[in-house]
Amino acid sequence: MSIQRNDWSLQRKGIIDQERHKDRVKEAIRKNLGSIVSNEAIILSDGKRTVKVPIKALDEYKFRFNYQKSKHVGQGDGKTRVGDVIARETRPGTGQGSGQAGQDAGADYYEAEVNIDELAALIFEDLQLPYLQEKAKKAVQSRKTQFNEIRRTGVIANLDKRRMILENIRRNAREGNARFGDIKKEDLRFKTWEEVMRYESNAVVIAMIDVSGSMGEFKKYIARSFYFWMVRFLRTKYDNVDIVFISHHTEAKEVSEEQFFTQGESGGTVVSSAYQLALDVINQRYHPSDWNIYPFHFSDGDNYYSDNEEAVRLADELIATCNLFGYGEIGGEGSSSYRRSSGALLSIFGDRLQNKDRFVGVRIDDKEDVYPALKQFFGKRDLATD
Amino acid sequence: MEDKEIKELEKAVEQIWEVARRFGLDPYPTNFEIVPATVMYEVGSYALPGRYSHWTFGKTYHRMKTMYDFGLSKIYEVVINTNPSYGFLLETNSPIQNKMVIAHVLGHVDFFKNNTYFSKTNRRMVESVSTHAQRMMEYEFRHGRKTVERFLDAVLAIEEHIDPYFFIKREIPVAEEKRRAEQRPKDGRYDDLWHLDKSEMQAKAEDKRDDEKPRERLPEKDLLFYLMKNSPSLAGWQRDVIAMVHEEMEYFVPQMQTKIMNEGWASIWHARIMRELDLSDNDHIEFANLHSGVVSPQKGQLNPYYLGYKIYEDIERRWNEPSQEEREKFGRRGNEGREKIFEVRELDNDVSFLRNYLTEELCEELDLFVFELVDEEEWTITEKRWEKVRDQLVSNMTNFGFPYLEVVDGDYNGNRELFMKHRYEGTELDMRYARKALEHVHTLWGRPVHLETVIDEESTVLHFNGDEHGED
Repeated sequence: MSIQRNDWSLQRKGIIDQERHKDRVKEAIRKNLGSIVSNEAIILSDGKRTVKVPIKALDEYKFRFNYQKSKHVGQGDGKTRVGDVIARETRPGTGQGSGQAGQDAGADYYEAEVNIDELAALIFEDLQLPYLQEKAKKAVQSRKTQFNEIRRTGVIANLDKRRMILENIRRNAREGNARFGDIKKEDLRFKTWEEVMRYESNAVVIAMIDVSGSMGEFKKYIARSFYFWMVRFLRTKYDNVDIVFISHHTEAKEVSEEQFFTQGESGGTVVSSAYQLALDVINQRYHPSDWNIYPFHFSDGDNYYSDNEEAVRLADELIATCNLFGYGEIGGEGSSSYRRSSGALLSIFGDRLQNKDRFVGVRIDDKEDVYPALKQFFGKRDLATD
Repeated sequence: MEDKEIKELEKAVEQIWEVARRFGLDPYPTNFEIVPATVMYEVGSYALPGRYSHWTFGKTYHRMKTMYDFGLSKIYEVVINTNPSYGFLLETNSPIQNKMVIAHVLGHVDFFKNNTYFSKTNRRMVESVSTHAQRMMEYEFRHGRKTVERFLDAVLAIEEHIDPYFFIKREIPVAEEKRRAEQRPKDGRYDDLWHLDKSEMQAKAEDKRDDEKPRERLPEKDLLFYLMKNSPSLAGWQRDVIAMVHEEMEYFVPQMQTKIMNEGWASIWHARIMRELDLSDNDHIEFANLHSGVVSPQKGQLNPYYLGYKIYEDIERRWNEPSQEEREKFGRRGNEGREKIFEVRELDNDVSFLRNYLTEELCEELDLFVFELVDEEEWTITEKRWEKVRDQLVSNMTNFGFPYLEVVDGDYNGNRELFMKHRYEGTELDMRYARKALEHVHTLWGRPVHLETVIDEESTVLHFNGDEHGED
């Protein structure tokens, strides 16, 4: 019989296996990227670093009884009677504010805590910036001052007091009396600076969205989740990423981020108005020699017929000045493709654009399509064709 | 914790030990360790310190630790069934908490040592699991962590399906062995033809091996054992992994079979021992609070501590003061209560404990009931007659709460396919889980697998051939 207290500080087994579990969760997330990429909790995370995402639980499958079809024994407070209802069955996944969980009947969901940065790393693993090489040469120079040297002479405002004290004590020590005091001119030390050139790479995303009457909640959400990841991705590649938000129906105007995602929809669609405004913005504020430019446009493709000619012309012009022009055509949730046949913009672009190397057009019908769309926009492509 | 406090705790341990012995408890010597929460939860999540690594332990550890960090639950004690035994005390426990935990732990250790279901338990299991862990690490090194992990996933899916009485069945009585030998066909006149190309020595050796090959005894309840021995597809290290998991489950099964008894026993003795100690008024109040926390009924659920505690108390009372009828019918003389509960702790497991000693009065007092889901919506109390309640409880405890599966054919379709049967007793399997678990069995068997069970009162066979599931 004894009582002991040992040093357990090197004990790590639980933590190591916790890491193994995290690895498995990560793997599960990788398999579910399609649905996680467009998860509300992330897109609306508002700067939070970690979010909870429902992913299919890492079950430990065993042969077990069906709980719902079994009889169980319980204990009451002394007054229970046959016929009393002691609990109500909650459907799995409901009440968590996500409609997604409910769709897959019978599946258990597990609220995984996901770090957005880690998730981003997973998503971006397969992505790369098209035409980055060429633009990287045109990185912008800027001057920056750096205090990085110490001298014996200088401006008194830049006196390095700590170093001065140190030098003073040293000198006194050499004279046989290590103490602070009796400061002489040779003790003084000054910080001096140097000017360095910094090469910054800048990128601007010109986010365009169609807010005509036909663009509903769902379509805007798709656009929003796409832009969320796009901006994040570009930030990993460039020092500065600006975003310009342009919304349009028959006229285009520059709006705030807030407006961009929440604006009510009305009116018809004149796509060329947005492209014209984008070109104006580029000319005025983002010169192509300094900026990598990524215009992206989301619409449902219902353009005024008479505007198509102009839209194609301006799109060609945009492509000529930009790194990559992206166009996403969003269908209704689960909608059929009949619209495409009625001369929707995507097929027109496909037929008539002159320079298709730098054009990517995708169709998105479903939340799960966002991830593949991202991959298509930013997927690895052959640079030699340029 | 100050050294002074440790000194005091040491004194308390001696005192508690003395009191326990006076009550007739007979535990192994026990060492207590004061540990930080991280270690407490680690030991708690692995059930034994030093086991092999697997993500499922990490998952449990993370969950337990998180619950603790948020103040949702707290483990006061963990006890390890070895000789000598180990009790772990959380370093943030108060002195009274520690005393109660020490008394509680001694109750468990007495149970481990004396209950018959533990009579074959390996009491040096901590050493065994640490050699397992080492071997597992070696396999990870040799075959890759992922490979071993995936394989363990499959093994752990059926880890509960071992035969708790394996030690009885494996030994075939000599007479039976003789009878079988006689029934075996004698060497035929031309049997030597099979060995034409081999030397006589070789042929003999082969004959012998053939003879010693374990004959399949079907049906086999011990899935792990059967797959380890007979799977057509496993490598040596994989069979070894199954053997290790099997050995560890042999160790845990008695604990799974005696949960209610064991907790009830420890609770009854921590209460009695604490009453014998000289506690100040304040300490007494703190203890009373703790104790009632441990044995309080939880609404809707069954608290094994409470249920076990109440049954022992009831047995003791009934054998101390038997009714006139009991005196006449069963010859009980009275004042045999203490003796009786010690006998029960030695001979019973949860199933027999409940079947023999859960009485009508107790069912009523505890307000036990059977509940089930009605119209897929409302969990409703459907039964209160005490025999039905008792039988339901016993049936839920049978096979420690897992479905009873057995291998009935290892050469199904004449094609080395595995056929298993679920002994259906009124409760259906969770089909989604069953299909996934079947995939794991396929990983272990390497050829098509089948499971016969009952769905909606109709006999159904699930198939999995490695690519797709079938059902008929």
